[in-house]
Amino acid sequence: MPAHVERAELPGIGVRHDIVTDQGRRLSVLNLREGGRELALADVDDPDRASETIALTDDEATALSEVLGGSLILTQLAALQEQVAGLSIEQIPLRADSPFVGRPLGDTKARTRTRCSIVAIVRESTVLPAPGPADLFESGDTVVAVGTRDGLDHLVRIIAGTG
Amino acid sequence: MEHGALVLIEIGALILGIGLLSRLASRLGISPIPFILLAGLAFGEGGLFPFSQGEEFIEIGAEIGVILLLLMLGLEYTAQELVANLKGSRMAGLIDMLLNATPGALIALLLGWGPVAAVAMAGITWVSSSGVVAKMLQDLGRLTNRETPVVLSLLVIEDFAMAFYLPVLTALLIGTGLIAGTISVVIALLAVILILYVALRHGRLVSRLVWSREADVLLLSVLGLGLLVAGLAAGANVSSAVGAFLVGIAISGPAAKHAQRVLTPLRDLFAAVFFLFVGLSTDTGDLVPMLVPAVALAVVTMGTKLLTGYIAARRVGIAEPGRWRAGFALMPRGEFSIVIAGLAVAAGVDSSLAALATAYVLITMIAGPLLARIPDSRRFKLATKRIQANRRARQAA
Repeated sequence: MPAHVERAELPGIGVRHDIVTDQGRRLSVLNLREGGRELALADVDDPDRASETIALTDDEATALSEVLGGSLILTQLAALQEQVAGLSIEQIPLRADSPFVGRPLGDTKARTRTRCSIVAIVRESTVLPAPGPADLFESGDTVVAVGTRDGLDHLVRIIAGTG
Repeated sequence: MEHGALVLIEIGALILGIGLLSRLASRLGISPIPFILLAGLAFGEGGLFPFSQGEEFIEIGAEIGVILLLLMLGLEYTAQELVANLKGSRMAGLIDMLLNATPGALIALLLGWGPVAAVAMAGITWVSSSGVVAKMLQDLGRLTNRETPVVLSLLVIEDFAMAFYLPVLTALLIGTGLIAGTISVVIALLAVILILYVALRHGRLVSRLVWSREADVLLLSVLGLGLLVAGLAAGANVSSAVGAFLVGIAISGPAAKHAQRVLTPLRDLFAAVFFLFVGLSTDTGDLVPMLVPAVALAVVTMGTKLLTGYIAARRVGIAEPGRWRAGFALMPRGEFSIVIAGLAVAAGVDSSLAALATAYVLITMIAGPLLARIPDSRRFKLATKRIQANRRARQAA
């Protein structure tokens, strides 16, 4: 069962991603526009409110994602992102309701439509690096893409079936 | 002592004073703006220590301050973001305007200042301070709360609405009969729509025009473009502030990000000069009779903002406590209200308006962040929980 990730724009501040866990707790990651991240855990009694907020540096966030099962390729790409200004990397969850479940990567036309490259597909704990256009997506995959911020936002919408 | 030396001494002492006051404000955890306004009052007309030298610097500095405030505000948002917010939260924005502009307009009419002052006062009570509110949400650790996007999109809509409100107000303030007035309003709005169109369609081009890897080149090009468009806008009676705001919106991507970084210190300096100028040019003699109306207006409009936030949060399905948090967060008014008051008084509206606006902004800016902590208190949490439980019980019955 893939986790449900919700995305909310905070104009002028950044982007918030929420994961509501099976136990009903809300976990938020806030990517600040000026760099830096915040990790927040929602209150049990009032799930709209963050009861605890922790600021993370880029390195700490990378370390955390590695501990949680991210793979080596992500570390390398995070370093790349620091070197090349204007280039971002995004991990896009492929939810069960995405139109691309069971369809080949080529169907997204990511490269022509958004100028983003899909550089890896993370499936459970294995990584499929440099996937080709014929590789099939499965529900629960995480798509790792590199491109400009705008292009990646577009790709997120395409993969969610809303773009 | 010669004139030059005196000017330096006075300006230096003033800026140093502002620095010390800001330090105090950050210790207390509130915005330094109220302190700067108070300092201006103390040194202004009828104040404790009338200020005589360096008026020219303060005046021009204040004008640049307004332009920089708006330019930076525009840099925070992209045109796409503005349009998306406008589509998503149109209703909430409309409710916000109706609930909060009305009390301001009414008080101006009650005090017998006439319809133009009513339009100015409507703007003063309508717009919350996006700077103060965003800072407050950050300080209170509420950025990841679910009601925060609601609050922020209301602020964005208010800021965006200023792009249309300020030119209309400017045209009204110049006020030359019905027909000439209508023509200048129409021209003003057309100019805004034109610049907005350029920002939406050709934002990339504008960004490329000013972009440079060198911080000093970027600073000079963005500042130059901002001041130039502001001046042209003022020449066309559109209000210089709006011109600068639209330049900010047109610049996006890395250019906006870096421009924000290099312009922030300049903005901090000149915005402080602007707030000081407003304090200086407000007559303390006018302030005293305006205290009672200002308190009344503050109480009423803090109530209407509370209601606005409550309704807006309810519309998107936020639970009881979050609705109150959204309402309380919206209370402080700030830089925009002062900008509007400054415009109105410069154009010759009753000088008591500046006094009322200053007192009003002082009250909401100091009270707002303090009141915003109420929903975090234990007692309030219990109370909202009870309300929610009762409502559920009623619905179940």
